Amino acid sequence: MPDTDLARNELVARFAAHLGDGLLESHVEPDVDVWLRVSRESWREAAEFAKNGLGFAYFSFLSGIDWMPSPFGREMDSQIDIALGNDEASKIDQTIVQGIAGGETRFQAFARVNDIVNGLGITLKVDLPDDDLSVDSWVPVYPGANWHEREAWEMYGFSFNDHPGLRALYLPSDFEGHPLRKDYPLLARRMKPWPGIVDVEQMPGEDDNEDGASSE
Amino acid sequence: MSDAALSNREQLSYIAAQAADARVNVELETEGMTLNIGPQHPATHGTLRIIAKLDGEQVVAVDPVMGYMHRGYEKLAEVRTYPQVTTLINRIDWVGSFANEVPFILAAERLMEVEAPPRAQWIRTILFEMSRIANITLFLGDMGLQVGAVTPAFFAFRDREHVLNLIESATGGRFHPNFDRIGGIKDDLPAGWITETRRVMKKMRKYCDEIEILVEGNEIFQARTRGIGVIPANIGLSYGLSGANIRGSGVDWDVRRDNPCGMVHNETDWKVWTHPDGDSFARFWVRLQETRESTRIIDQLLDNIPSGPIMAKVPRIIKVPAGEAYVETENPLGVMGYYVISKGELVPYRVKIRSASFNNISITPWLLKGVYVPDIITILASLYFILGDIDR
Repeated sequence: MPDTDLARNELVARFAAHLGDGLLESHVEPDVDVWLRVSRESWREAAEFAKNGLGFAYFSFLSGIDWMPSPFGREMDSQIDIALGNDEASKIDQTIVQGIAGGETRFQAFARVNDIVNGLGITLKVDLPDDDLSVDSWVPVYPGANWHEREAWEMYGFSFNDHPGLRALYLPSDFEGHPLRKDYPLLARRMKPWPGIVDVEQMPGEDDNEDGASSE
Repeated sequence: MSDAALSNREQLSYIAAQAADARVNVELETEGMTLNIGPQHPATHGTLRIIAKLDGEQVVAVDPVMGYMHRGYEKLAEVRTYPQVTTLINRIDWVGSFANEVPFILAAERLMEVEAPPRAQWIRTILFEMSRIANITLFLGDMGLQVGAVTPAFFAFRDREHVLNLIESATGGRFHPNFDRIGGIKDDLPAGWITETRRVMKKMRKYCDEIEILVEGNEIFQARTRGIGVIPANIGLSYGLSGANIRGSGVDWDVRRDNPCGMVHNETDWKVWTHPDGDSFARFWVRLQETRESTRIIDQLLDNIPSGPIMAKVPRIIKVPAGEAYVETENPLGVMGYYVISKGELVPYRVKIRSASFNNISITPWLLKGVYVPDIITILASLYFILGDIDR
């Protein structure tokens, strides 16, 4: 269906025309999805344009990504994992590689809105520099962003300008740290290494001769 | 001396304030108070706590407090292999578990560029709809319970059992099937399952008729729900409401029909139900019709279930190629989506779980403003949330 593809490309063109330099990068996966990365200054402008200019009335979610490779966990994996040929992955490469639509910073906020009439969805991303993890709040545009921004605030430490009340959503108010950051250790995993892929399940259709004796 | 004077003055002002309050209370016959509902309350399906500031019987402001059941699945998913993650996400919406697995598996399949064979897609859709019936059956009975009718709840548990038995016989798990696999499903259907399913679907339609007579047509139920908790469509959309909550506001949107992915609902003849009113009754009504529609979908899918393999060719140790994918499906509670970021490893790099109840319940501070205390319970029940789906 080339129609939806045209629709997505036109979407990017209209964003580019409206935001100008505010649109930093875009990526269209034909017939599947579209990603846009906008500058921090035009984050709310992008939301307003999406809602009022393009009919993306439906707010889906807002959250964050930490692109720093985790220093925790992988070296604690069981030896069996490493023996299975995953040893190069267990050496941690500390270079930060951002995903689709690129990026320049360790932290990114991303959100998704839908146009339910035409069945389109867009993912918007914004770079947040380490020294100032703040961006304009979406609550004036999409009131549903309220709780999502509170969650991003406690889980990643992002702050949102003009948010009506940034306080903890899930965690106790005196909780220290930001759990979803990659440098926040998952203590349960530190205490007891996960057995990993020791229990490889039998795939349907595979002959189970080697396990035949153990099942008796 | 100054201390004594100050305390004296404080005391006097306190007495004056009390007197003023008393005067207002005598005049308006209202009294401000804070009512704490939960965390343990029969109406909250778990541990949602609602702090309601009241003026007499009327709600001035509500502040929902979550996190009593926050399990951190987004963090835990980062240290589990893809097949292990389904075990976790089974527990998000625990009354319709199978439906939770599907969007995650579909996201992984999209990244791996594999597609389940037709028979697997068919069985997946049947079980998906079955978990919707298992979920919403409970709601239909519970909604009656919240307005004081105890019988529908017993009916719900009685008939839900048949569906759970079917799910158990097909998957091995009553509540947490953990049955969906990347590239297909774990097992084929057991012998006799199709015949038994047809029988149960008839039974479920009868249950819907019973609920229609017992609850929907009931005068007290209508008085308690009609015109209560009205959500206009544009407000609902900007809060990200989904499922029957938004279709109850007249928005004709269903992911099963509009963005089908990996499932075969559109191979059947079915209808998306909407109701224009947007009140508690509309949400109840839409769910009732949806349950019937699900039984029709399952019946039609059973008629033309294709034969063939149930697993595509996938490697034994699953490594998902680097990339990002977001897949959403129309789950029993509303739209559920997983944004999966992979870096080509055994474990996902980041999983963002977009759960339906979190958005659905985030409208409560707006919606409950100005309602009366007894209506808090019916409105919450009609929004229908499962706490695991809020807290994740």
